[in-house]
Amino acid sequence: MIPENLLYSASHEWLSLEDGVGTVGITHFAQEQLGDLTFVELPEIGRTVEAGEEIGALESVKAASEIYAPIAGEVVEVNPELENAPELVNEDPYGKGWMFKIKASAEPEELMDAAAYAERIAEEAH
Amino acid sequence: MSTIFDQSTPGRLGCVPPEPAKAPASYIPSEFLRETPAEMPEVSELDVVRHFTRLSRQNFSVDSNFYPLGSCTMKYNPRFTEQAAAMEGFTSLHPVLPQLRGAGRLCQGALEVMYNLEQLLCEITGMAGFTLHPMAGAHGELTGAMLIAAYHKDKGNKKTKVLCPDSAHGTNPASATIAGFEVVNLPSRDGIVDPEVLEAALDDDVAAMMMTVPNTLGLFETHLPRITAMLHERDALLYYDGANLNAILGKMRVGDAGFDVVHLNLHKTFATPHGMGGPGSGPVGVSERLLDYLPISRVVQLKDGQFYLDYDYPKSIGYVAPFYGNFGVALKAYAYILRLGREGLTRVSEHAVLAANYLRKRLENHLEIPYNRTCLHEFVASAVRQAEKGVRALDIAKALLDKGHYAPTIYFPLIVKEAIMVEPTETESLATLDAFVDDLLEILARVDSDPDSVTAAPVTTPVGRLDETRAARAMELTCDL
Repeated sequence: MIPENLLYSASHEWLSLEDGVGTVGITHFAQEQLGDLTFVELPEIGRTVEAGEEIGALESVKAASEIYAPIAGEVVEVNPELENAPELVNEDPYGKGWMFKIKASAEPEELMDAAAYAERIAEEAH
Repeated sequence: MSTIFDQSTPGRLGCVPPEPAKAPASYIPSEFLRETPAEMPEVSELDVVRHFTRLSRQNFSVDSNFYPLGSCTMKYNPRFTEQAAAMEGFTSLHPVLPQLRGAGRLCQGALEVMYNLEQLLCEITGMAGFTLHPMAGAHGELTGAMLIAAYHKDKGNKKTKVLCPDSAHGTNPASATIAGFEVVNLPSRDGIVDPEVLEAALDDDVAAMMMTVPNTLGLFETHLPRITAMLHERDALLYYDGANLNAILGKMRVGDAGFDVVHLNLHKTFATPHGMGGPGSGPVGVSERLLDYLPISRVVQLKDGQFYLDYDYPKSIGYVAPFYGNFGVALKAYAYILRLGREGLTRVSEHAVLAANYLRKRLENHLEIPYNRTCLHEFVASAVRQAEKGVRALDIAKALLDKGHYAPTIYFPLIVKEAIMVEPTETESLATLDAFVDDLLEILARVDSDPDSVTAAPVTTPVGRLDETRAARAMELTCDL
């Protein structure tokens, strides 16, 4: 459940970078840990963020947690479906559950590839 | 479950209301007169008695069963405090009395209770002064964060950040945020705050650190002396979330350990009813250097022994509550402290810690316990091994309901996966603790032998398994009346 073509943050966001625009969501592992999501708070379009900055929030039946920007840049699009259907994040975290797009202003830093991320969550599970 | 209206039978009467002496239309403005008769259930007195007795039996409370809800201190609330709070001399007082010219002499008893309780809380915690005004724990936290802000503003300090360890109560970062601070999350190491981790996060922008001691893992913060020194070197203050004070009563004084602000939960530590019921009270204590900023009014004793309310504190943060907070709760806590005394309060913490460690030891071979060392008043187990077999902490909690116990807190603190947080409190007997463990072990055995019976629980409660996801996603905040 860890797609090879994505980059991953230590706070469990995934990033898919294409032509300088990064699509962001949370990983399968993250949604599994959170349980059924009940609310997704997304950033405003036009906001500029630093990598690692808190950019949104998630609420599930078990917990509330933050979403962090995996890359610096400007928010150019958010997933409008999530407002009424937060369950998309649980059902399809790498697809329909995407959260927002950032026009990157810098190269990605300190992100992991699929193999490194797999190792990381294996550690975290113990 | 039928409502009292479902039981209505036309023509049945429980009581006959008296005829009004004057026709309502003669003195009630016409726009307020109803045109259609009010819908009332037509039931007999016996119908009413049976209906409400049945409802009361579906209620779960610490008066009927064990209630090991971690972090909540659901201990027994002794009845003598209710007697004190029901005394007519207190119940018939109007709270505005001490503010009326010359009327302070008519409420000396109530003022003395507030004054004496503040003195006792100072003695118990080692703080220099207290306010009883905050009306709940989180309200106390906000008041404390405002006091910290007032201190730095007065000194001309430009400090914007508050450190909150990830093992602190979740309300701490919320309170600091509401008070206008930027919250910095501090990861714990081996379950507690580590001076090295603190060093990395500490700079001159830090206004304070809010610590929960013992923390949400039930662990004592063993590096306190170093932590205090590190913060004070930078003129940052140290806040003590005293919600877990029943773990250290009579053993450690917050003020002696160098804390500048503390809030207490009278409704937890000092045994007044709470949780879906009784009101709270979150008094805040401060060290010497924060005294000037306490909320007004403050109770003062004159040389002739009279008590009065003093509003003359120009540096005060002002009002935080109507009148003097939840006076009735303060009154019960005062009675509780006087009844237990120094030795009794010390035994409270000894028994709370003993009970928690007894449960921890009896369960350690059956549930994962991530920080398995001597805890204080509560501990956090984890159902990770059971979750691998498809039975989660939630299922185990629901199965405990079928056994007649309230469930422990689950999925909190967030730093433990599949967390099961158990706080037995000091008021439970060994027999109750054993019965809880025996029932829990029976459930854990079924994780292997009959997991479906655990995931189907509860089956004996008034309502079965609730769909928590749907309740949160498809909230209906209105109903047709």
